[in-house]
Amino acid sequence: MRKLGARILAGPYMIWMLVFTIIPLLLILYNAFTNTGGQFTLGNVAAIADPVNAGPLWLSLKMSVAVTGICLILAFPLALILRQISSDKNSFIVMIFILPMWMNFMLRTLAWRLILLNNGFLNQALNIMDMDPIYLMNTKTAVILGTAYDYFPFMVLPIYNALVKIDRDVIQAAQDLGAGDWVILGRIILPLSIPGIVSGITMVLVPSMSEFVIASMLGGGKVYMIGNVIEQAFNSGYADTHLGCGLSLSLMGLIIISMIAYYFFDRGGEGSALW
Amino acid sequence: MAKKLIDLIDISKSYGNKLILDDMNLYMNENRFLTLLGPSGCGKTTTLRIIGGFETPDTGRVIFDGKDITQLPPNERQLNTVFQKYALFPHMTIEENIAFGLKIKKKSRAYIKDKIKYALKLVNLDGYEKRMPDSLSGGQQQRIAIARAIVNEPKVLLLDEPLGALDLKLRQDMQYELIRLKNELGITFIYVTHDQEEALTMSDTIVVMNQGYIQQIGTPEDIYNEPQNAFVADFIGESNIIDSVMLEDKLVEILGTRFPCVDVGFGRNQPVDVVIRPEDIVLTEPSDGILQGRVLSGIFKGVHYEMEVEANGFVWLVHSTVLKEPGTQVGIWVDPFNIQIMNKPESEDEEVEVRE
Repeated sequence: MRKLGARILAGPYMIWMLVFTIIPLLLILYNAFTNTGGQFTLGNVAAIADPVNAGPLWLSLKMSVAVTGICLILAFPLALILRQISSDKNSFIVMIFILPMWMNFMLRTLAWRLILLNNGFLNQALNIMDMDPIYLMNTKTAVILGTAYDYFPFMVLPIYNALVKIDRDVIQAAQDLGAGDWVILGRIILPLSIPGIVSGITMVLVPSMSEFVIASMLGGGKVYMIGNVIEQAFNSGYADTHLGCGLSLSLMGLIIISMIAYYFFDRGGEGSALW
Repeated sequence: MAKKLIDLIDISKSYGNKLILDDMNLYMNENRFLTLLGPSGCGKTTTLRIIGGFETPDTGRVIFDGKDITQLPPNERQLNTVFQKYALFPHMTIEENIAFGLKIKKKSRAYIKDKIKYALKLVNLDGYEKRMPDSLSGGQQQRIAIARAIVNEPKVLLLDEPLGALDLKLRQDMQYELIRLKNELGITFIYVTHDQEEALTMSDTIVVMNQGYIQQIGTPEDIYNEPQNAFVADFIGESNIIDSVMLEDKLVEILGTRFPCVDVGFGRNQPVDVVIRPEDIVLTEPSDGILQGRVLSGIFKGVHYEMEVEANGFVWLVHSTVLKEPGTQVGIWVDPFNIQIMNKPESEDEEVEVRE
């Protein structure tokens, strides 16, 4: 009876999965491997190698690596500081860093527009300080900055979670054995936070690679990433659903490969705290 | 003449409004097994952490081997700590754990290898070099923690309740192991525990602490046989502590009855605390006792029976290998030598002025 009850409770979720995940996935698979005439083809999947698509993919990869790098460089020291603060029982400040995650993502990106526009806040501030304006709007730099800002919390939290798990005694033991601050950082804290770093990298790298909204809003159509290519395949005047599905599938393949790496490292499950 | 190795001078420490250590003075001699013993919150761990450098005292100085090290960080102190929860580095093999301190000191590869071998032999864990800490039992991890500390040849080893997480049998084995280690290494051990049996078994010197004050310093025998005050008597072993009056030298009135004793110098008609250990009470025929009473209960405890005997309105705790059935009328007799007289403290947490 218990088993039956559990199955009934799982029912709605099963239906949800079927209707919104499994069936669409099968449709994508079907579309990816057929052409408009309904015949089997590998062309849509292989289209990722076409320079027209490979260019944006390569750009996406470079930009997402840059975004991930910026997030990591900023997040690790911040997570260290947050660890220190939270050990002093001041969870309010930790909260302040989580709060932006709850704010609408479009709003956050629009805010960057206002900052980076040619007569935006940044250049107004520079003007007041009598400095030359910087024209960042509609550049890769703008997209990288905006994306890094949006995904920053996804880097901070897994690292923070890994850091707070490190026993205070372990750090004190290292100190006791003669380790200075840098040795403790390099040989104790950093290695023990690797699962969190891997989680953070995956959670920033994967979504920022297929990002297209930020590229549109801050790149002004001049920054053309693989996400934009796929979007165009579905939405533009000369839409080709089959091509879009094929490209999506190829991208998914790349993501699955990185997920395997993710599960390999993230045994502690630091990333799960986010979901 | 033993050399003074560590000297704590006028140490005070508080957290917020809570005073943990109040103007403590304590010195420790070289090559001793010294135990800080007391209930939780008595300041024993704080004392250890001040010596280790993990806490800085609010006032006072820590002198180590003639040098003031009060402000020296832990990594620059010539002593090592064994933590209660082992605190092994979980991402390193046993070998790497033990080598950690030596690598920082830039010792040669051959030297480190020899030391690892020596240390593992010392703690009876040869062949564990390549294992990871989480594949070891609690007792084994604790021994690795000790090995990791002693390869650095510290002058002092600080141990913070290192056996607290182990089960009874393992704890007893480890107690002997620690005594053996201390004798083989010839270094000073400073040991923190709340377990009086552990303290009595291992120590050369015991420092009994309560509420931030040192209550008594002495050998295990001194502490057990001649507790300085009711707290020590109560904390170390079981005891009967009775309000009494010292009538004159060598005569004390306990519960209205006169008992001969051996203590002198308390004055005449002076209120005192009397401690009589349960195993020092001899149950006799009613006519042969100094007091007459009735057995209330008897429980078998393994080595002895534990009985409660009511006499003169006080329930006496008695240990004996012979059981007197509950309800039996008995006499109570105590050897004058086994009656321990203590001055009444002026306040609950009065400091006792005794040094080693």
